[in-house]
Amino acid sequence: MNHNEVHPMDRLIRADRMPHIWCPGCGLGTNFTCFLEALNQSGLDPDKNVIVSGIGCTGRVPGYTNIDSYHTTHGRAIPFATGLKLANPELTVTVFSGDGDLFAIGGNHFIHAARRNIDLKIICVNNFNYGMTGGQFGCTTPLGAKTTTSPYGNYEHPFNLVQMAAASGAVYVARWTSLHVRRLTNSIKETFAKKGFTFIEIISPCPVSFGRRNKLGEGLDEMKYYQENSVIKHGIDPNEADLNLNGKIIVGKFIDIDKPTFLDNQPKLQTPD
Amino acid sequence: MLGGTHMRKQKQNIKDQDIREPDYWRTPLDIDKQVIQKGQVNIIKDRCKACNFCIEFCPNNVLAISEEFNAKGYHPPCVSKQDNCVACKLCELICPEFAIYITEENNLNTDEDEP
Repeated sequence: MNHNEVHPMDRLIRADRMPHIWCPGCGLGTNFTCFLEALNQSGLDPDKNVIVSGIGCTGRVPGYTNIDSYHTTHGRAIPFATGLKLANPELTVTVFSGDGDLFAIGGNHFIHAARRNIDLKIICVNNFNYGMTGGQFGCTTPLGAKTTTSPYGNYEHPFNLVQMAAASGAVYVARWTSLHVRRLTNSIKETFAKKGFTFIEIISPCPVSFGRRNKLGEGLDEMKYYQENSVIKHGIDPNEADLNLNGKIIVGKFIDIDKPTFLDNQPKLQTPD
Repeated sequence: MLGGTHMRKQKQNIKDQDIREPDYWRTPLDIDKQVIQKGQVNIIKDRCKACNFCIEFCPNNVLAISEEFNAKGYHPPCVSKQDNCVACKLCELICPEFAIYITEENNLNTDEDEP
């Protein structure tokens, strides 16, 4: 590899660990780039930023960042991030994890962190299945979708993640796809500036596991599908923004409110004597 | 699911044309004062995994699939229409592999260079 060429993002990634493990056509690298670009544009000090993840393909993201990062046990990214934020409130703590980690095994942590309105930036990459372990169905797999553990189609109704976040009390809820790179970057920048529990869901292609078994084509075909079938509807009721296997993908910013955070309600924690 | 043949055909038609000059529906009043930024495309070929996102979604069709192989056996993109690049940096943002980046050229008087 030619080491003379330096990508402008190389100061924020661990370039010696490139190429990363994500498959060709996976959207995770794009989502990761958007996060780093938002960090870059927001002008925040990278030393005051922390990124936390759980297990899974998306859980690999902290391993590739050059900022402080932590790779926790499965589903426990939010509890770890909560402790980090409460112990050192001046940090900006981002949880970058997958749908299986944040909503299946970590679902309870998610709803209670949202209820408490702890100042965390949650970015959930939704690829509709457990990609790393071989493509099993999970809590976000659409009804009827085929996976390794649902060869006749999935019988279970999936979570609508944006509705769940909004109902649990998140102050900022948005959904984008991996294709909406500029809107996603702006959305992540907005969450950096916002106090409270923010949630961004990113619909991301998984060509090797989910896409292959549901005949969605390669990563590029899934991106084209997003291009043709995404509908931007800002401010609609998240209840109406559910996802189907072959339906329209409703994206946009659904919730943006202000609410006192957990630390605002606990003045003693902010200024210890 | 993949009913996008119509759109793909349209895209192909656009690709066939050379779209170096923007297609205005009316000439902007301040067109003399506006300068279109030019960009230089840099590709770190050995990082590429040939997902083709940059080639497909470049708004000005600057990139194309190359014939050559990189160290991992993928076909990295190559620059087919360098002059079309306006340094929008969409490829830089959409590339999952940190394999492509744009350097802005500050050579703003491009029109004078041409005879």
